[in-house]
Amino acid sequence: MTQSFRLETGGLINRDKTISFKFNGKNYFGYEGDTLASALIANGVHLIGRSFKYHRPRGFFGAGVDEPYAIVQLYRNGETEPNIKATEQELFEGLEAKSVNCWPSVNFDVGAINNFLKIFLPAGFYYKTFMWPKSFWYKIYEPFIRKAAGLGTASIKHDKERYEHKYEYCDLLITGSGPSGLASAYSAAKNGAKVILAEDKSRFGGTLLTSDVNIGNQSGKEWADSIVSELKEMSNVTIKNRSQVFGYYDHNMLVMSERISDHLPKTKKYHPKQRLWYIRAKEVLISSGSIERPIVFGNNDTPGVMLSSAAKEYMKVYGVLVGKKPLVFTNNDSGYETAIEFKKNGVDPIILDTRKEPQSEIIEEAKNMNIDIKNSYVVVAAQGYKKVKSADIAKISDDKEELGSVENIKCDCICVSGFWTPTIHLASQSGNKTKFNEEIDAFVPGTSKQNEKTLGAANGIYTLEETLKDSFEKGNQLSKEITNNDNKVSFPNVVEKKSTVHDKFWCVPLPKGKNYKRFLDFQNDVAVSDIEIALKEGYRSIEHVKRYTTLGMATDQGKTSNLNGLQLVSKIENKVVPAVGHTTFRPPYSPVSIGAIVGREVGKHSKPTRKSPMHSWHEKNNAVFVDAGVWLRPRYYKRGDENLFEASKREAKNVRTNVGVCDVTTLGKIDIKGPDAAELLNRVYTNAWLKLPVGKARYGVMLREDGIVMDDGTTTRISENHYHMTTTTAQAANVLSHLEYYLQLVWPELNVNVVSTTEQWAGAAIAGPKSREVLKKLFPNSDVTNEGLPFMGYMEGDLFGVKAKIFRISFSGELAYEVNVESDYGYFMWEKIIEAGEEFGIQPYGTEALSTLRIEMGHVAGSELDGRTIPYDNSLEGLISKKKDFIGKRSLSRKAFAAEDRQKIVGVVPLDKKTSIPEGSHLVKDSNAPLPNPKLGYISASCWSVEHDNPFSLAILKDGKNMIGEKLFVMSPLKNKVIPVEIVSSHYVDPKGERVRS
Amino acid sequence: MLHIKCPHCGMRSQNEFSYGGDATVKRPELGEEISDHDWDNFVYNRKSLRGRHWELWQHLSGCRQWIKVERDTATHEIFKTLKANEDIS
Repeated sequence: MTQSFRLETGGLINRDKTISFKFNGKNYFGYEGDTLASALIANGVHLIGRSFKYHRPRGFFGAGVDEPYAIVQLYRNGETEPNIKATEQELFEGLEAKSVNCWPSVNFDVGAINNFLKIFLPAGFYYKTFMWPKSFWYKIYEPFIRKAAGLGTASIKHDKERYEHKYEYCDLLITGSGPSGLASAYSAAKNGAKVILAEDKSRFGGTLLTSDVNIGNQSGKEWADSIVSELKEMSNVTIKNRSQVFGYYDHNMLVMSERISDHLPKTKKYHPKQRLWYIRAKEVLISSGSIERPIVFGNNDTPGVMLSSAAKEYMKVYGVLVGKKPLVFTNNDSGYETAIEFKKNGVDPIILDTRKEPQSEIIEEAKNMNIDIKNSYVVVAAQGYKKVKSADIAKISDDKEELGSVENIKCDCICVSGFWTPTIHLASQSGNKTKFNEEIDAFVPGTSKQNEKTLGAANGIYTLEETLKDSFEKGNQLSKEITNNDNKVSFPNVVEKKSTVHDKFWCVPLPKGKNYKRFLDFQNDVAVSDIEIALKEGYRSIEHVKRYTTLGMATDQGKTSNLNGLQLVSKIENKVVPAVGHTTFRPPYSPVSIGAIVGREVGKHSKPTRKSPMHSWHEKNNAVFVDAGVWLRPRYYKRGDENLFEASKREAKNVRTNVGVCDVTTLGKIDIKGPDAAELLNRVYTNAWLKLPVGKARYGVMLREDGIVMDDGTTTRISENHYHMTTTTAQAANVLSHLEYYLQLVWPELNVNVVSTTEQWAGAAIAGPKSREVLKKLFPNSDVTNEGLPFMGYMEGDLFGVKAKIFRISFSGELAYEVNVESDYGYFMWEKIIEAGEEFGIQPYGTEALSTLRIEMGHVAGSELDGRTIPYDNSLEGLISKKKDFIGKRSLSRKAFAAEDRQKIVGVVPLDKKTSIPEGSHLVKDSNAPLPNPKLGYISASCWSVEHDNPFSLAILKDGKNMIGEKLFVMSPLKNKVIPVEIVSSHYVDPKGERVRS
Repeated sequence: MLHIKCPHCGMRSQNEFSYGGDATVKRPELGEEISDHDWDNFVYNRKSLRGRHWELWQHLSGCRQWIKVERDTATHEIFKTLKANEDIS
């Protein structure tokens, strides 16, 4: 149980608690508080994967969110997740991880042959090579490339974990808990502002955990701990670790993903795995710090080459050495801090500084510790395949163009520091136009677009004192404006070592005769030569160069590569970096799991389910349900071994011969009240409404302004100024909005109120020749005779003590009634109807029988009123009033709508009276005509006519008016069917409409 | 996600609203004689402006009122919201 690269002491890990885990099938152990990366390095594992394109060995480059290499397939509690950064994944007992992008194993990878073929795989290789033949792309090239170049594998299993969404409001959202985040949160919280402080990592404190500073006579970490514990006690502060604010959207809404359970072996009961926060903040303080950037040199992707700040973090936070013979290659003072840390831990580093004679406090300290410092030196190339074994180094001329003689020195890691790049992603996402800061050679936020301010290193401020001062002040000032409190926080005494200016050097020239790969983008294998090719081939815009070479397009989104890429483009183009500009920063800042984005809206929860009050009766009586929008409706009631066809035929036939009952609760219902109600209906519907007497219902059709039928239904005049409108199930919400639109905006002078009552009423349609007998038993005290309640009549009745509305309306074409009671009595009503109807052979019928009945009657429904037809097409032109204007009327006189041979609804019967016609089929004159065979119309709805016992369909047919009696063909290429048919009237049953009036 | 000030309910999230198009379009009077050209313009033709735009929204999951919103279509900045019966100035 030895960890050869773990220091004896130090770090923030808990050495009392060992944790065992598996990597590529081998057992290891680490400590509580380790990441997978720190534990692997402690165990001397540096080879973790293979690169995307060339399959070159990959190690660790960073220690956090910027990591481009160390991507693993993670196994946790029987689930697997791809593309997890080992530098972010906290260690838990039983963790298992595997390398990605290598086959058969990370040590022997067949794909690495690409590395030797790299001369053939330059920028744009895939675009150029796999262009021809075109037909090969989908079947051969693409699957092969995807297999060869993929990262992890997504699980195809259902994810059993729960993910939640949360909405939150706050005065200040602060993104990052480094010095600027803590200082601003503290002073804002002291003013009583509602603060949310988000930290991506598990530990609060950011760089305070690793830097050698002193604040108010405490170490940086002690100061951070004391501030955090005070903030945690404050009721106006929400402080969250493992929480990444990854997106800045419009109107100061930010989205944060909180990883609640990812660091645990198993999600606790009743806990979600992750939670997505939608935060609407009055002010946002971006304290996301900065990321160290690499210096480009030969073979700079060899495992063991890493950021110098990461090396320091592994020592100070995890007590882990990234190497025992380190080389520090730097153009600024940060590298010295890492070297000093090595030295303090008993390891002798060598510093190569590109600068000639830099002088500062930090450098002085390194010198006093007898650290070997070589000025004006660079690393020309790393040597070693699976791990750095040595480095070729050379002196560099003052103009940084000429290399001296190359020498080779032994080392096992190269810690690189090319200065710091502010993390400006959130500011840029908010719309802030960034500006280039010459002094730090990087972009910083410019003028704020939304209510956002950027603090500290994210704003290019690299000294602690200035950062804290500015952050305390901004936190105080912004919160003061919100809360009107002004509780000044006394500024602590800060001790930090002074540093000197960095060298704007970022790329080591190639020595004569050598052609080392010098990588810019480590995850997508984009080298200096690739960018050079792209520019040679004429790509100029940085956005195009990015897409052609894939620079910065990997899962790390170029956190370590973008700026060096820009430096290169501007150098070749002879421009300055700000003239080249940077590519757009888009959310998410760092990958977010699909589960977190989807949240709880999965499976049955992806939409609400609406059920009628009679739902449980249907369930008990073997109903098979169908989705009707968000409603669940009985499709048919299964008896014995019946299938859908048999059951719906039985149910429909029973309506035609006896009596049936159908749950019509789902129909949209709108209550309309007011003195101008009749006038509103008269303007909305195509027919006349001003003279409808109280106690009568009328069928109406409403149009959109473009003349297309919007909806149909019956509306009943309940009393003088009170109407009850019904709509189709699907259009209920749209019709209500439509009425509100005209009442509120177009005709506000109309004194009318509309309100949805769909859910207030339960409805049952009782249909069939014996329906009146059932009604008589249900309402013994009401006169429901043909005279007492004629067709389209309405009355109120007493259903065994329950108030009921009785409408004599019919969708089935039979003598029929619809009874409505308040929803709570729906079940009672239904049971009473079944009970009363028993002696007449009543059967419940579902939507399938309902469709059969309406189709053979030629009644139109959603499949004809499909947003493409006008009243004429549906044979509803008789309902168009010539005397008045209404919504959409003017459109009906448009030329195409008034054409003589306009499409019209017809009936279609197969000549053999046997073959069912698939819905959606086309009607053609000649089934053998050459393609494209002119289409005359289409089948909108099909059924098996129970009246005639043969198939029957409705169709919308060109010149349908003059086509009755014609013989045509129905063609369904999808079902490979050609059916000879005869065109008949759409009213296949009771064309005179005698039954509904009987 | 936009944050829209409903003149009746106050600041509310965009997902409570539905979009209703150009607020400056005026429906011709009922029964008005109107040319095909003018009617087509009313029914179909809308400007797709870049910049300040008065548009309709309905507070669907709130008070159900149609409101007028002046929004910059490029930046999403909202300058002003009005009730249905208030005139765009």
